[in-house]
Formats: sequence, structure tokens, C-alpha cells
Amino acid sequence: MKWGVVTFPGSNDDRDTAHVLRNVLGQETVPLWHKSADLEGVDCVVLPGGFSYGDYLRCGAIARFSPIMGAIARHAASGGLVLGICNGFQVLCEAGLLPGALVRNRDLRFVCRDVTLRVESISNPFTNLAFAGDVWRIPVKHGEGCYVADPATLDEMEREARILVRYCRPDGSRVRDDGAGRSDYNPNGSARDVAGVMNAGRNVFGLMPHPEHAADPAILGAEGARRSADGMRIFQSIAHWVDQRREQASAGSMR
Amino acid sequence: MIARVVIMPKRGVLDPQGKAICSSLHAMGYGEVDDVRMGKFLELRFGDGAGGEERAARVKAMCERLLANGVIEDFRFELVEDGAPAGGRTDTPR
Repeated sequence: MKWGVVTFPGSNDDRDTAHVLRNVLGQETVPLWHKSADLEGVDCVVLPGGFSYGDYLRCGAIARFSPIMGAIARHAASGGLVLGICNGFQVLCEAGLLPGALVRNRDLRFVCRDVTLRVESISNPFTNLAFAGDVWRIPVKHGEGCYVADPATLDEMEREARILVRYCRPDGSRVRDDGAGRSDYNPNGSARDVAGVMNAGRNVFGLMPHPEHAADPAILGAEGARRSADGMRIFQSIAHWVDQRREQASAGSMR
Repeated sequence: MIARVVIMPKRGVLDPQGKAICSSLHAMGYGEVDDVRMGKFLELRFGDGAGGEERAARVKAMCERLLANGVIEDFRFELVEDGAPAGGRTDTPR
């Protein structure tokens, strides 16, 4: 499959993401400039982390009017895959491709640390190689990662299994599960511990944690090191899903 | 002509900046403050003096499409003549 990674002015994880897709996952990856309206036939567009347009006005608010966003909206409308990481998630919410919004962290701090995430749902293009209940360790680094949406939207996403990952304790538990303890595992005050959500069309996914920073074995360190490669599961799931679709399509055409 | 736009976090949306400012005021002895919410104030300047419904409709569209995010923010605006004094009290000499 073919990946595209968008660069806005102020994006800073575009190269890390392209490196992981190209050299760790081993797949064709092209850079996409924000002023271009041509997605070059990619199967999945990745909106990377960073501070597009300096986070002016609101995070992602200016980037969503870049020429490439029109092409991405059309790509998404025709079923193409879109993954937004951190600032990319903020851009997708601002563009209305995902519900809700991301506001200033509850504790007013820029949070830069590993978090643990629980995989909530696996019947989708983005987490299909995980098991429901898997706990991943992936870093976050953001000042505006507190997800908000009205209760009806959150209920609907829960019913439709569109909250794909939530912040949790290292053992996978959450306050809501047992009603006990503090929610200090939630790094930003996100509603219902949401870390990442998918659209109703089930082809656009945004999350605050950075899978590309938990992927390259070269930076995982020696045996016993703390780093994790759990982020690879997301990229592998997408690749697996695209390959499966392609096989199904070619099997269908041979019939 | 100037459009003065005020953007505020919606009721019920977490406003941690407002909360932090409120605690700071309390720590300084201003215990009478019950709550602080922090928003944004923008001035849009127009070269012509045209006001009226059409201008207002366009400013409203600007707010809805870019300046405010309807999921988390409310906005209001007024159209005033360039150089008109801002309402309210200030110690800054004009």
C-alpha cells in the first residue's frame, strides 16, 4: 500500500512518521505538502503531530483551511483512510471530519510522558491486529489534548464502538470500571478517558498519543529498556486492512 | 468600521485557565470572585464604513467558520465606527 504524510508549516513529526512507515514498516511513503491538492493516489493519509501554524487561534484551526484539506475531505468521503496523530487529531476535529474538540489540558501543563492505553474496539481499519482489552504503552506530548464532546455524541460513539483507545492504568483498569481511585492515569482530563476516536464512516481515526514514537526498534534500547513498540500495531493494522480489501477486490473480480 | 468579536468557552466546557486565574485571585485575597472564565477578544478592521445586515452576516459567517469553534465556544460581536471608545472602565490613558 501507499502512505502519504502531510507537512503543514509547523508540523514536526512528519519525518519521524515517514521514517517509521518507510523504514520500519517497509512501505512506500510520500510526503504531501499542505499547499498541494493532490494526494498522489495514497491509500492512507497521515496528519502528523506538531504545531501547525503555531497553534494560532486554536490548535489545528488554521491548518484545516490548507488546500490539501479539501482533497483529504474528498478522500475520506470516498472511503479512503485518514489517520490524525496529536496535532493531526486536532486538525481533523477542527475540519469536522471527527466529532468533538481538543482543549487545554486539565492541569494546564504540557504533558510529555508514556501513557497506557486500553484498546476498546478492534473491528475497524486501525486496531484490527490487537485484541480488545490489550494495554499499550505509547507516549503523549501535548498541551491541548483534553477531548470534549457533548454527552449524546460520546454515547453514540460508545454504542458504535468508535472510541478505539482510552487512557487506563497500567493494568488496564479505569475509574469508571471500578468506581474507585483517582483518574491520574488520564494525562489531560479527557472526557470518559478518550484517547482516540473514529468517525461514523469508520475510515478516519484521530488520537493524541504518538504511535510513531513507539515503533522503531532502533530507539527501543537494550534488553530491559522501558521503550515500547506498541505503536506499530496501528500502522500494521492499517496495512493489513488495506491488503485484505485488495485481496477481496481481486478475488471478486476473478469470479 | 470595526467588528469587535468576543469568544467564550461554552458553559460546561472545562476552562482550566479560568480556574487557575480564579485560584490565583483567591490567593491574593480577592475571595469575592466566584468564578473566572477566559475567552478571546478580536477586532476586525474594515477599510470602508459599510455596516448593515450584509456586513453582519459576513462577520457571523467568519465567526462560525474560523474564529470560534461551535463545539466548545460561543461568540458575540458588535460593529462600531473606527475610533469609537471601547465600553467599560480602564486606567489606560487614551
